[in-house]
Amino acid sequence: MLEDKDRIFTNLYGREDAGLKGAMARGDWDGTKDIIAKGRDWIIDEMKKSGLRGRGGAGFPTGMKWSFMPKELKDKPHYLVVNADESEPGTCKDREIMRHDPHKLIEGCLIAGFAMQAHHAFIYIRGEFYDEGSAVVKAIEEARAAGLLGKNAAGTGWDFDITLHRGAGAYICGEETALLESLEGKKGQPRNKPPFPAAAGLYSAPTTINNVESIAVAPTILRRGAGWFAGLGKDEKNTGTKLFCLLGHVNTPCVVEEEMGIPMRDLLEKHGGGVRGGWDNLLAVIPGGASCPVIPKSVCDTVLMDFDSLRAVQSGLGTAGVIVMDKSTDIVYAIARLSQFYMHESCGQCTPCREGTGWMWRMMLRMVKGQATIEEIDMLLDVTKEIEGHTICALGDAAAWPIQGLIRHFRPEMERRINEYRKIAKAA
Amino acid sequence: MKKKLELNAAYQPKTFVFHDEKKVAEIISRYPAGRQMSAIMPLLDLAQRQVGEEGANASPPYGGWIPRAAMDKIAEIVGVAPMKVYEVATFYSMYNLAPVGKYLVQVCTTTPCWLCGSAKIVEAMEKNLGLHCGESTKDGLFTTMEVECLGACANAPMVQINDDFYEDLTPESMNSILDSLKKGVVPKPGPQNGRNKAEAVGGSCTLKKVV
Repeated sequence: MLEDKDRIFTNLYGREDAGLKGAMARGDWDGTKDIIAKGRDWIIDEMKKSGLRGRGGAGFPTGMKWSFMPKELKDKPHYLVVNADESEPGTCKDREIMRHDPHKLIEGCLIAGFAMQAHHAFIYIRGEFYDEGSAVVKAIEEARAAGLLGKNAAGTGWDFDITLHRGAGAYICGEETALLESLEGKKGQPRNKPPFPAAAGLYSAPTTINNVESIAVAPTILRRGAGWFAGLGKDEKNTGTKLFCLLGHVNTPCVVEEEMGIPMRDLLEKHGGGVRGGWDNLLAVIPGGASCPVIPKSVCDTVLMDFDSLRAVQSGLGTAGVIVMDKSTDIVYAIARLSQFYMHESCGQCTPCREGTGWMWRMMLRMVKGQATIEEIDMLLDVTKEIEGHTICALGDAAAWPIQGLIRHFRPEMERRINEYRKIAKAA
Repeated sequence: MKKKLELNAAYQPKTFVFHDEKKVAEIISRYPAGRQMSAIMPLLDLAQRQVGEEGANASPPYGGWIPRAAMDKIAEIVGVAPMKVYEVATFYSMYNLAPVGKYLVQVCTTTPCWLCGSAKIVEAMEKNLGLHCGESTKDGLFTTMEVECLGACANAPMVQINDDFYEDLTPESMNSILDSLKKGVVPKPGPQNGRNKAEAVGGSCTLKKVV
């Protein structure tokens, strides 16, 4: 188990003051000026060396992302945008950061903003997080009053400010280009890439979009050194600590910070209080938020919780929202409900997703009852393949993967339902 | 998925004025010069809250929603065609485009909450209020709806009532929340089973003695 001294989010449960005074007592804003005095290249290089991969789901190396920003400020300003539109079912980690440790996020914004020569950052928070947004606004105001934001922020010579922008209930705005559209005051419909945001993002200016957790861990990494962070975790590609959300059929659901690459079983048993009814009562786990394919118990027995280990079992770490399902779960309905989610959240821009998510949902509803033919399972799989990769953004993929995972591991259960339904229908 | 916009319905007021002009100016000043379109979303939110504040003490009461006149006003302030504002207002699910109850009860039923028994929460709510989820009570107090993941999955099942999250619900605690609201008392938000935030019940085994 990760030792307390290596934890970054030391006020994860809000036992202490989330304000500036409390944050400083926990070590935030300590030597921010010195970090920035080491220069842009040093910061980006340290971030690269730390091996930090984006915590928003895709796992793209954060340091490399920062380095994509143009080296020189030209006619357009640079922007940092923080993606706090946490809406992936099963994910509730950024919420804890924003309500209990907002200063880590704000300090991270200043450092990241400086590294990419941005004077203005936007934090795009989902509208439902009203109190969390207010906590961030309060922290921004505190920081401004203390001279940590504004002109010559924290005495670094860099002018920097942050604006909080509230979303209004659209999952799709978690997609970075949809988020930018939304921030510009439009419908949140994703843009085609290229141009990538680092070339033309917010207001067509160079922009970098990072997840809350990626930004919030940056100050601690730079203070304690890339070597410390890289020393934690499984290997050089899966480093550091990670906030895991344990939920569903565990005895004590919680959000907890653990080392990357911890065995799933350890994670669930040490922090989640074990699976309801014991490990043998486990049916399946969705390891990284709704869009990651489900994995059955046989895989869960040994799998490690990191990007590459989960990819090797055809799933993903995603946002590390671990949805645990015990043997009492109607697994087909559990996935069908996710299909409904994606149907509801499709922005309607690309036909395969707009129409396909509805098709998949309706087919899944019939699969729940078994009111289908065996061939339709293949047809359903075929539909998912027609959607995957044929849309502007990854929502189409995200809608397809859970169903592909279901068919991969639980096809016998789907067939059993179909056969049973036919038997009953025949008898009637 | 998207909502109907009944622009000419009888309930639409003819005019709308922002009471807090200063706040409007402050919202626009948050964004770079010439980018005031970005203010559409916060202004829609401001309008909805203003209507909600008026409705809280009206008889019968009602909750926050955005009349067409408010959208037109925002278009005028921001300097865009009204259609641009309608587009935004209809795209996002949190903007109510028709009157709602004073308490907007949004029950999360996405898989993580469903696994933890959200169906029972919906059932308890329907029974308590005597309606089907998606309907409103006649006294103007409650509008109910099923919503997608609200991002408090470690505290499932949960509902959002206006701005507040009520977490770790049971049918009993759902009933007591609704009963309390009927009496005009807003119960304390957060976990309803006594646990601390998203910490494991009985205390986490981490962060034992950290400064």
